[in-house]
Amino acid sequence: MVTEKIDQFAATLPAEKRRSVYESTKATHEKRTKVLFDHFPDPNRLRLIAGEIKQHVIENLDTYLPAVEAKLQSHGVIVHWAATAEAANEAVLGIMRARGATKMVKAKTMVSEEIELEPFLKKHGIEALETDLGEFIVQIDHDHPSHIVRPIIHKSRREIATSFEREGLGAYNDDPGTITRRAREFLRQKYLQADVGLTGANFVSAESGRIVLVTNEGNSRFCLAATKCHIALVGIEKILPRDRDLALLLNLLARSATAQQLTVYTEFISGPKAASQPDGPEEMHVIFVDNGRTDVLASECRDILRCIRCGACLNVCPIYRQASGHAYRSVYPGPVGAVLSPLLAGEKFPDKVDLVKASSLCGACNEVCPVNIPIPDLLLRLRDKAKREGAPSCGTPPMGAWALLASQPTAWKAALFGGKVMNYLPLNLLPIPAAQAWLKTRTLPAWRGGEFRRWLKNRTR
Amino acid sequence: MLNAERSAVTGPRVQLMATCLCDAFYDDMARATVEVLEHAGCAVEFPEAQTCCGQPAFNGGDWAASRKVVRHAVRTFTGDAPVVVPSGSCAAMMFHGAVLEFEKEPDLPAVESLGRRTWELADFLVNGLGVKAWPGRYDAKIAFHRSCHTRGTGTAAAAVQLLRSIAGVTVVEFGEAEQCCGFGGTFSVAFPKISTAMGTLKLDHVRAAQPDVLVSADMSCLMHMGGLADKAHAPMKTQHLAQVLRDALKNSGLL
Repeated sequence: MVTEKIDQFAATLPAEKRRSVYESTKATHEKRTKVLFDHFPDPNRLRLIAGEIKQHVIENLDTYLPAVEAKLQSHGVIVHWAATAEAANEAVLGIMRARGATKMVKAKTMVSEEIELEPFLKKHGIEALETDLGEFIVQIDHDHPSHIVRPIIHKSRREIATSFEREGLGAYNDDPGTITRRAREFLRQKYLQADVGLTGANFVSAESGRIVLVTNEGNSRFCLAATKCHIALVGIEKILPRDRDLALLLNLLARSATAQQLTVYTEFISGPKAASQPDGPEEMHVIFVDNGRTDVLASECRDILRCIRCGACLNVCPIYRQASGHAYRSVYPGPVGAVLSPLLAGEKFPDKVDLVKASSLCGACNEVCPVNIPIPDLLLRLRDKAKREGAPSCGTPPMGAWALLASQPTAWKAALFGGKVMNYLPLNLLPIPAAQAWLKTRTLPAWRGGEFRRWLKNRTR
Repeated sequence: MLNAERSAVTGPRVQLMATCLCDAFYDDMARATVEVLEHAGCAVEFPEAQTCCGQPAFNGGDWAASRKVVRHAVRTFTGDAPVVVPSGSCAAMMFHGAVLEFEKEPDLPAVESLGRRTWELADFLVNGLGVKAWPGRYDAKIAFHRSCHTRGTGTAAAAVQLLRSIAGVTVVEFGEAEQCCGFGGTFSVAFPKISTAMGTLKLDHVRAAQPDVLVSADMSCLMHMGGLADKAHAPMKTQHLAQVLRDALKNSGLL
């Protein structure tokens, strides 16, 4: 049986890695559930409201985006629009060049991963250093994040200690406190040397033009405190209508992501430093990134644009827990990635189409989603799209003959009777890939086709 | 969330959708469903032309093929009597999946109408008929697996309510109850490694609670978990909810 790529990846994943991904996602999921249900009488109602707010935004982006642009400009922010990843990278480069800048410090942003900013800048002689501890470790290892919120969920502290030793960050020591302290000492110098600080944005309020950033390490504050220029890379779907909507979304985001009531740092940024303020960036740019989002908006899967990148669907997902994030070969792994990555792939949709099959459609992702994205429905829509567009994936047996059989009762009843031959055949030896894949780890019950119908016909009451 | 809006139940007539799995493998479970419904006062009809709910092709992404089968179901289950199916998964196909794949089709109203009168068995007994408790006796510690396609519906709460009301039954809780058993139809053969790992983990959790029998409202989950346990030479007794309800009646001479 040709099994799906993600299953093959899971089969070769070292047991230790699988265990650590499984245990930490399970623990986070359980804490998330406890915190939400301890703190709110009906967290499900909150998820539905938050989902409606975000859906409202994405369905009215044509009015919200110009409004946000005007608001930001009125605060002295320079707004850029990037239709593609290339345009977003060029915009960043243009800002750096105009300032003669060569050093950037970065807070964690998934959009920068999506547009592959760091390798692009490196090619142009610009150092873009990750300051989130997890992302920093990913960077020094030339690795990729395997989780939206916890990029190094796949790494053990032994591996990290080895990497630190290799990079000249002290003798081998796998104590997490020591690792953190050493990273901090190294990064503090880098903040002071950098010209530009780059962040993402968790939310942008259309009402006030405030950009909202949540972090636990405070690194985004250092990025902005030490540099003269702030660039925020923002997906066009990050807008919220009103400041008061933040009360709901911030409460849900922290609890869903890390089971915290609130992240350690929540920053509200209205623009560059005012004349009356003692410090802060003198120049601020917001780059709104499309990179395929308007195509998603035009599709039947637009609901995925509600996503606030909390990672709760990854944590609860049995497939993610078994396969880990790298199995998805995408910036966005897990259930949200299985929907978003094929959509953002555009013409390369067939390369990522196997991701939409990587689900038993169990619906746990929808149940935990703070914005109630119907992920299983979206996966199903994409499976239908893949079939219609002839995108190959080995996980779909042909269904035409079955449908014919199941819409002709006489043929169906004959097949129920004829199926009894299965009881006399060595199924495990027959060249039927699906049967072999099933029988390798499970038994099959005896075929009793038509027995119920016979009982019903013959019974006397 | 699944659309679980239902038409009110008015008369004793019900149509049984027996599921293709019962038609092929689990005749006893379909028989149990008939006997349970009759005990609850229903007049059970079995539309002979029935085949399948269309879910295999729907999940496989072949919606054109699936719609063909759903249209057959719409032609087969006519009238306005409730359609009762001993499977949360097939029920969800009728009231949620089919509606999704018909959203641009001219016959959507007929599909929606069938969806509104389709009920999973436990949901029908408790929330349709208003059955509060189940008579009879069944001496066992039961682990109840909440099948995934009953998320957001009344099934799990209804099933546990019925089970707890039976004399002799203890329902035991087990870890990670929200997790899938790993079946997922074609998922189980296209992702055999992950599917097997999920099922094995589920069985470990169930075994830790030391039940006498593993019960579910979906036979497909039980086929997967029971098949895994058998293959591993560590059999786990499985019964569909309908069989437990039927056996409780039998044990007390009520059937």
